Amino acid sequence: MINPYSNRKYIIGGIFIAFALIFVFRLFYLQIIDSSYKFSADNNSQRRITKYPARGVIYDRNGKILVFNEAAFDLMVIPQQTKLFDTVDLCHILEIEKNEFTKKFKDAKLYSTYRPSVIVSQISSKTYAILQEKLFKFPGFFVQGRTLRKYPQPIASHILGYVGEVDPKIVAENAYYKQGDYIGISGIERTYEKFLRGQKGVSIFMVDVHNKIMGSFAEGKFDTAAVIGTDIKTTIDANLQLYGEKLMSHKKGSIVAIDPSTGEILMVVSSPSYDPGLLVGRIRSTNYVNLLKDTLKPLFNRAIMASYPPGSTFKLVMALIGQQEGVLNANTRYPCSKGYAPLGGHPKCHPHASPLDLSNAIGHSCNSYFSYVFKSVIENKKYHNTYVAFEAWRNLALSFCIGKKTGSDFSYELRGNIPSIKYYDKIFGKRKWKASTVISLGIGQAEMGITPLQSANVVAIIANRGWYYIPHIVKSIGSNTNDTTLARFKIKNYTLITDTNIFLNVIRGMSDAVESGTAAALKIEGISFCAKTGTAENPHGKDHSVFVAFAPTNNPRIAISVLVENAGYGATWAGPIASLIMEKYLTGKIKRADLEKHIMETNLIGD
Amino acid sequence: MKRKINIFKSTDWLIVCLYIILVILGWINIYAAVYNEQYSSIFDFSQRYGKQLVWIGAAFIIALTIFLFDSNFFSFFTWPIYGVMLFFLISVLIFGKETNGQRAWFELGSFRLQPSEFMKFATNLALAKFLSSYNFKIKNIRSLFFIGLIIFLPCGLILLQNDTGSSLVYLAFVFLLYREGLTPYVLFFALMTIILFLIAMLVDKLLIIQILLILAPIVFFLLNTKIKIVGIGIGIFTVAVALFYGINAVFAYKYSTYYVFFAALFLSAIIILIIANKKRIAFASMIMIFLVSSVTFTFAVNYIFTDVLEKHQQDRINELLGITSDPLGTGYNVNQSKIAIGSGGFAGKGFLQGTQTKFNFVPEQSTDFIFCTVGEERGFIGTVVVISLFTIMLLRLIFLAERQRSVFSRIYGYGVASILFFHIVVNIGMTIGLAPVIGIPLPFFSYGGSSLWSFTILLFIFIRLDSNRFESLA
Repeated sequence: MINPYSNRKYIIGGIFIAFALIFVFRLFYLQIIDSSYKFSADNNSQRRITKYPARGVIYDRNGKILVFNEAAFDLMVIPQQTKLFDTVDLCHILEIEKNEFTKKFKDAKLYSTYRPSVIVSQISSKTYAILQEKLFKFPGFFVQGRTLRKYPQPIASHILGYVGEVDPKIVAENAYYKQGDYIGISGIERTYEKFLRGQKGVSIFMVDVHNKIMGSFAEGKFDTAAVIGTDIKTTIDANLQLYGEKLMSHKKGSIVAIDPSTGEILMVVSSPSYDPGLLVGRIRSTNYVNLLKDTLKPLFNRAIMASYPPGSTFKLVMALIGQQEGVLNANTRYPCSKGYAPLGGHPKCHPHASPLDLSNAIGHSCNSYFSYVFKSVIENKKYHNTYVAFEAWRNLALSFCIGKKTGSDFSYELRGNIPSIKYYDKIFGKRKWKASTVISLGIGQAEMGITPLQSANVVAIIANRGWYYIPHIVKSIGSNTNDTTLARFKIKNYTLITDTNIFLNVIRGMSDAVESGTAAALKIEGISFCAKTGTAENPHGKDHSVFVAFAPTNNPRIAISVLVENAGYGATWAGPIASLIMEKYLTGKIKRADLEKHIMETNLIGD
Repeated sequence: MKRKINIFKSTDWLIVCLYIILVILGWINIYAAVYNEQYSSIFDFSQRYGKQLVWIGAAFIIALTIFLFDSNFFSFFTWPIYGVMLFFLISVLIFGKETNGQRAWFELGSFRLQPSEFMKFATNLALAKFLSSYNFKIKNIRSLFFIGLIIFLPCGLILLQNDTGSSLVYLAFVFLLYREGLTPYVLFFALMTIILFLIAMLVDKLLIIQILLILAPIVFFLLNTKIKIVGIGIGIFTVAVALFYGINAVFAYKYSTYYVFFAALFLSAIIILIIANKKRIAFASMIMIFLVSSVTFTFAVNYIFTDVLEKHQQDRINELLGITSDPLGTGYNVNQSKIAIGSGGFAGKGFLQGTQTKFNFVPEQSTDFIFCTVGEERGFIGTVVVISLFTIMLLRLIFLAERQRSVFSRIYGYGVASILFFHIVVNIGMTIGLAPVIGIPLPFFSYGGSSLWSFTILLFIFIRLDSNRFESLA
């Protein structure tokens, strides 16, 4: 059989031979001519030791340390490099059970026979000293230096957050992290992880068969130095934070205090809290599970993640919006007959003189008055209809960061809520509702929700007569005071209220509340301040006690929001706590020792 | 009885021996690669060499079984076999177990099977069947279309499994097709593609277009020696460049010089082609088409590289071409592999004495990078022996294929050689830094049941066909 293409077998065969020759030449070059691949230590093996840098130290606003590091040592193993060894001896040195060790060793082999695994983490320096001398007996084992978080005082756990082993999902996505690395999981540790973590380094050593380090590989050509984490200075006042946590002991709730002139958060208390030291090192996982199981939810940061009805605090915003919209002025008077008469006495109100002007209405926190204000805002003739007016009202409220994230540097900040037209259309039918249907929005109830942080920010806005800096917890990163990460905290933000005088009327009302109104019992000697009590209706139980204030009235230095869950009237619990904190912050001492003792010792949780 | 004796006599024992030697050498190297003092028994089935022994035993049984079939069986049942394998490829996309981002494996308990491995011999059978069919003509467009379908159907399905390496293997059939009469331009074109790709990757695209523009008239002059026509061509091009440059400047478009040249080339190419056709100027059209397609190709390479290839694929190519160098990152595998092979020297470090391949500095050391162990422990002598064994096997396959009287058997034989050749070149090339890192196994050497069995089936079907060469004419 004649095949016209039969000669092509030579071409194909030729190609096969050509490639074989190319490969042989290449191998000749690699294996015989080029000497760069034949380093002297041929029969040694490499060991890569990761150099973990210490995380950055976190300071309070006065340079007091909130969290620093202590040395710890992990015993590592590379199963493939181990030889037969005396398990009992090793367990004896490490002071652990043989079963536990065997199990860990098996896990390590399952994970990988040639990658290092942690066998015993966080060995004490005493054990480390003994182990170091005997390590030659255990080839394949070596010690890796680490650092652990340490807290001088058990405070500010929610602000600082905690550090833990990195999640496999993050390892898969981010090339920097390797299994077993630590990463910031919440709080500042998480938000500022990039700065705090520093940069890992690696040393590559040559190790002989007896586990002895013979020197660095290729004269350290491939080694990289570890870069220590950047220190962070927070805006927190450690003393105030400690004081706040003491006042809130045995109570559920939160305190947020802001320096209105800078937007710096002075303290964030979420109670009940936990000792941040519980979530460090070997004890972390058991403690974490216990904290997670606790019905009082100590891991939950109420200050930024819990949304409460703003209650009568919102009346302040209502007063500002009313004036802005031109339907309210300082002399506007509305009647009150133990409630809002047009709707048969609902919402209800407590007994007081009637009718009241704006400042007295704030001072006495009149529900009827602000229902009238809300109605006039929503039925404002200057708008085409109710819904346009509602949208205008909503936008004004949103400009106070109510129902909108403040943009602070907390992870997991909650948005809160101001219901939208769409929401009510769904509930009542399209455009089948009006001002009186949703009247309780005027007094900060119904579906409205605000976090304690947002509430403190509203007070800061009023204290500043109309502007705010985004509340934040970090003052500076490292020695760089102009870090771009923090640039957004240096920009002044304004609300949609256009006239400063509008604020003055409200401030007068808040001042009245302290001088002669609902907060009259909370005066601080030598300091005039402005406040507003509140009671947030709680559909699940006893009402929450709410209190917002700023001090001093002129050139305010602190704006504060206190909420005590299920504690009733604002003036009873939240008020005294706020008052004591302001006194402490502004004067440095407490003159009302009895009040302080009473608050600290009262248990409102009930166990 | 008579028939069996015939088979025994007519079997090509040289290729069977080569097969057995390669499998045994492979096993020894797997043993060395994963050797660990704790597990010293070679029958320890918790270790890879223990398991590989089982795979090898099974492979021998498979090889024997193939001999029990009538040699016409494979030709008769080609299409059902091809269909069933395709079905498995589709099912693995649905029921397969996803590992390392690939959905290429069936998992039954601790047993895993990779259907794409077995698709190779089925595709080879299908091609042999189709190309050997009566009145088949390779120049027929319909035939080419059908060949494309047979090859790219499995190829596409394997791409869907995200197993780019295994799908590239199907490119190897170009050798088979070439042997059966496909125009030699295909090989030439493939070579040009590779050269242009390398140039496009390494040289700035503006420089390429300029060099080609200078080369084109020179080549034309050498072929045609009409200086006047060269002048006219250059004139047309100069006017076109001026035109586009003017447009770019006047309308203040911010196109780079490259695009000006690109557009001018296309315009002048059309004009020159029209003139050349009318005046019947020899070579002009050919050179213009070649010029334009080369420029378009280099442009396409840039586009495909940045917009079609994934990051890790770009990295591997960049690393191979020395554009970037990151010995601890993307280049880690190849760098470690070269260190291992290079440290072997002339005679190697000796059996079980390799350190670089021992502590897994070389990843995948028992599968894709098994050649490193040969290089490190057996040195230059070892690598040359292995390459020689493979080359002898490939040449022997050509020889055997050519002696077939059955066209089906001949084509199948070339298919076997093509597939083995592609695997060997890419796999060894990757370990010595001559090919990008494409995860395909070294035939008969690499650890793994699926690949060993599939290569065994692939090869032994041909040995069976060959043993029957005097009887069959089908």
